[in-house]
Amino acid sequence: MIPELGNFALILALLLALTQGTLPIIGAARGIPSWIALARPVVQGQFVFLAIAFGCLAYSFVNNDFSVMNVARNSNSELPIQYRIAASWGSHEGSLLLWVFMLSAWSVAVSVFSRHLPDEMVARVLGVMGLVSVGFILFLLVTSNPFDRLLPAALEGSDLNPLLQDPGMVIHPPMLYMGYVGFSVAFAFAIAALISGQMDAAWARWSRPWTTIAWVFLTIGIMLGSWWAYYELGWGGWWFWDPVENASFLPWLVGTALVHSLAVTEKRGSFKSWTVLLAICAFSLSLLGTFLVRSGVLTSVHAFATDPARGVFILAFLVIVIGSSLLLFAWRAPKVGLGGKFDLVSRESMLLANNLLLMVAAGSVLLGTLYPLIMDSLDLGKISVGPPYFEAVFVPLMTPAIFLMGLGPLARWKQASLPELMLRLRWAFGVSVVTALLMPFVMGEWKPLVSFGLLLAFWIIATIFVSIRQRLHNSGQGGLFTKLARQSRSYYSMHLAHLGIAVFIIGVTLVNGYETEKDVRMEIGSTVTMGGYTFRFNGASPVSGPNYQAMRGDIDVLRNGEKIRVMQPEKRTYNASGMAMTEPAIDTGLLRDLYVALGEPLEDGAWVVRVYHKPFVDWIWFGCLLMAFGGILAVTDRRYRLKVHSKHVETTTVVAEGKRVASNAGLAAGGKKA
Amino acid sequence: MTRFLLPLAAFIVLVVFLAVGLGLKPREVPSPLIGKPAPIFQSQLLHEPGKMLASQDNLGKVWLLNVWASWCVSCREEHPLLVELARSGIVPIYGLNYKDKRDLALQWLNQYGDPYTVSVVDPEGRIGIDYGVYGVPETYVIDKNGVIRHKQIGPVTVESLEKKILPLIKELQG
Repeated sequence: MIPELGNFALILALLLALTQGTLPIIGAARGIPSWIALARPVVQGQFVFLAIAFGCLAYSFVNNDFSVMNVARNSNSELPIQYRIAASWGSHEGSLLLWVFMLSAWSVAVSVFSRHLPDEMVARVLGVMGLVSVGFILFLLVTSNPFDRLLPAALEGSDLNPLLQDPGMVIHPPMLYMGYVGFSVAFAFAIAALISGQMDAAWARWSRPWTTIAWVFLTIGIMLGSWWAYYELGWGGWWFWDPVENASFLPWLVGTALVHSLAVTEKRGSFKSWTVLLAICAFSLSLLGTFLVRSGVLTSVHAFATDPARGVFILAFLVIVIGSSLLLFAWRAPKVGLGGKFDLVSRESMLLANNLLLMVAAGSVLLGTLYPLIMDSLDLGKISVGPPYFEAVFVPLMTPAIFLMGLGPLARWKQASLPELMLRLRWAFGVSVVTALLMPFVMGEWKPLVSFGLLLAFWIIATIFVSIRQRLHNSGQGGLFTKLARQSRSYYSMHLAHLGIAVFIIGVTLVNGYETEKDVRMEIGSTVTMGGYTFRFNGASPVSGPNYQAMRGDIDVLRNGEKIRVMQPEKRTYNASGMAMTEPAIDTGLLRDLYVALGEPLEDGAWVVRVYHKPFVDWIWFGCLLMAFGGILAVTDRRYRLKVHSKHVETTTVVAEGKRVASNAGLAAGGKKA
Repeated sequence: MTRFLLPLAAFIVLVVFLAVGLGLKPREVPSPLIGKPAPIFQSQLLHEPGKMLASQDNLGKVWLLNVWASWCVSCREEHPLLVELARSGIVPIYGLNYKDKRDLALQWLNQYGDPYTVSVVDPEGRIGIDYGVYGVPETYVIDKNGVIRHKQIGPVTVESLEKKILPLIKELQG
C-alpha cells in the first residue's frame, strides 16, 4: 500500500511540475497575472508530493518491505537502521528520487526567498525549474520506478553495497546532489534572463548567492567523496580521476568560473553573455555527469548498472534541455551587448583569463573522461585514460590560474598598471620564493616538485597578506580592529576561499612528496618503524558486527618507546553479499596521518599489514572546508541581507501598484533597472 | 550570431559521440584473436623477477589469462570470484600484470588475495598489444593447443562465469 501511495504521489508531482513548467512561463510572456501567480503555490505543492513519495520509499526501507524490488536489492534486515534510511538513496532509482526531491526543495527556497524579485521573473525561473523537474520525474516513472514491486516478495534483501555502509557515504550523495541541483537555479535565472532579454547587474546579484550556495554544497560533496575514498577504500589515495569523480569535478570547475564571472557582471556589468553561457554549462555538466554515471556509456572500464533504455532517455533529455538552452543563447545573447569596457591589464581581464583557464581545464578533464568513448565511436580502438594524463594536463593549466589568483584581487577594475602591480607584489613574490625553496629542507629532503607546489601555495598566502594590508591602509582612520571590522564579509570570503586553495595545495604537495608506506609481514609482537613512530602488532581477533564478520587487528603505536595509542584496523566480510572490505584505522593529526590497513592473514597469526605515514594529508580536506566557508561567508554578506529588508517595504508598494497597472515584463524590468 | 552558435555546435558533436557510444557494447566486441593461436610471450614473474615464464610452457592444459593491474578499480570487483575459482582448482589462472609497478602490484595481491598460479609482468604493455588488450580487466580462455577460445572484456561476473566460461572450460578439458 505504502509504495503505491508513493507512486501516486510521484505521478501527482509530475502533473504539478508540468503545470509549473508551462502556465507561469506563458503567463509571464502574455501578461496574465493569475498564471504568473500560480508559480509559487504549484512549486510548494510539488514539494509536498515529492516529500510524500520520498517518505514512502524511506518507510519501505525502514520496514524491510522486500516486496519492493528496490528495497530487496539494496537493503537487508540485518542492516542497521541509519543505513536502511541511507539505502533509500543508495540505489539508482532512489538517488534520482532524491535528485528531484532536492530540485523541488531548491524551487521552494527560490519561491520563498524571492519576494523582492519581479513576479514575472520568478514565474520564469520557477517555470524553467519545473520543466527540468518534469524530465526527471518522467525518467523515474518510465525507466526507473523506485516503487516497482517484486512478486513474490524476496525473503531477504541482498544488502546495501558494503562500500556505501559508512557515515561519509550517507551524507556524500545528498551534498553532491544539492550542488548539482543547485546549479539549476543559476541555470533557470540565466534562461529567464535570456527569455526576458533582461540581463543586468540586478540579474547577476539575484543569481549570485544561489550559485554560491550550490558551489558550497558541491565543494563539500566532492570533499566528502574524496575523504570517503581515502578512509574507506583502504588504499590511502584520495583522488583517482575516475569518471564518476570527474563527473562531479566538471561542474565544480565551471561553477567556480561562474561564481567569478557573476562577480564581474554584478560589479561591472561586463561578461554578460559569458556568464549566461557559464550558467548553462555548469548545469549542463551536472546533467551530463548524471548521464555518464547512470547510462553506462563508460562501462568499458568502470561498472555501473547498465540499462540502454535509461541511457537513451537521459540523452534525449540532455538534447532537449541543453540543446534548447544553447539555441536560445545563440538567438538572444547577441542582443545583450558587451557591457563595460576594460583594458588589457585590469581585474576584469585577469578574471576573464582565469575563467578561460578553468574552462580549458574543465574541457581537458571532459576530453579525458570521454576520450575512450570517442575513440571507440570512431572505431579507433579502445583505450583507457588514467591519472597520468589528467595530472599532465591539469597542473600546467592551474599554475597560471593560481598565479593570477594572487594578482587579481590587487588589480584595479577597468584599468590596472602592470609595473605598479609588480612593485606592490615584489615582497610577496620574494617571500614566497624563499619560503618555498627552504620549506622542503624542514621536511627533510629538497624536491623540485614540492618546492614548486609550495611556491604556488605561499604565493596565494603572501598576496592575501599584501591585499589585506593595503586595503586596511586605504580604509581611513581608526585602530587595526576597527579597520578590520570595516571590511565587508564578501571581501573576507574571497580571501578565505583563496586561502583554502593554498591549504589544499600544501596538503597535496606535501603528501605526494613525503608520504611513506610499508607493506610488511607482521608476526605477533613484531614491530615496524616509520616516520618516528613504531607500530607493534599484537595479533588479530575475530569480532562480529551487525551484518558482517571481521578480523580486528590490534596495533600499538609507540613514540620514543611510549605507547600513544592503539589502532584497530579491520578486515570485514559482509554476510549477505560475501564482499570483503578493508576498514583501515587512521590516527588523524594536524601534521600527519597514521594509516594502518590489514592485508592477508598468514600462518601462525601473522598478517600482512600496510602502514602509511601521510604528512599534511588532512590539509587537503581542510582546504576544501575553508573554500566552502568562504562561500558561506559570501552569501551572508550584508548587502544580501539588506536587500531582503529594504525590499520588503518596496514589494508592498510594488504589489499595490501592480494591482492597478497590468503587469508587464518589460515595464517591471525597466523599473528594477532604475 | 555565428560565434554564439559555437557552443551549440560543440554540444551537437558531443551528443553524436554519446549517442554512438550508447549503442556500443564495450563488452561484446568479438576479438579477432578468437580461434587463433594465443600470441607467444615470455616475461618475468611478478614474485620472482629472476624467473621467466613462456606461454608455450602451458601447452597441453586449459588455462585462463587474466589481465589485471593494481590501479584498476573493476579488477577489485572480479577479484573475489577469481580467488574462489582458483581455490576450486578447476582451472589455473595466470595473471598478466599490465602497466603496473611491481611493489604496488605485490601489495595489491597481499591485500586482496592472490588467485594466480603465477603472474607475469608487462610494465610497458607490450604483451597487452599482442593480445589486443584495451581495458583492464580482461580474461582469455586458452585451450590445450594454445588457441584463444574466449575473451571476456571487463570484470568476470558470476553470470559470465557460470554461463560461458565454466561450460567452455569443461568442454575444452573433456
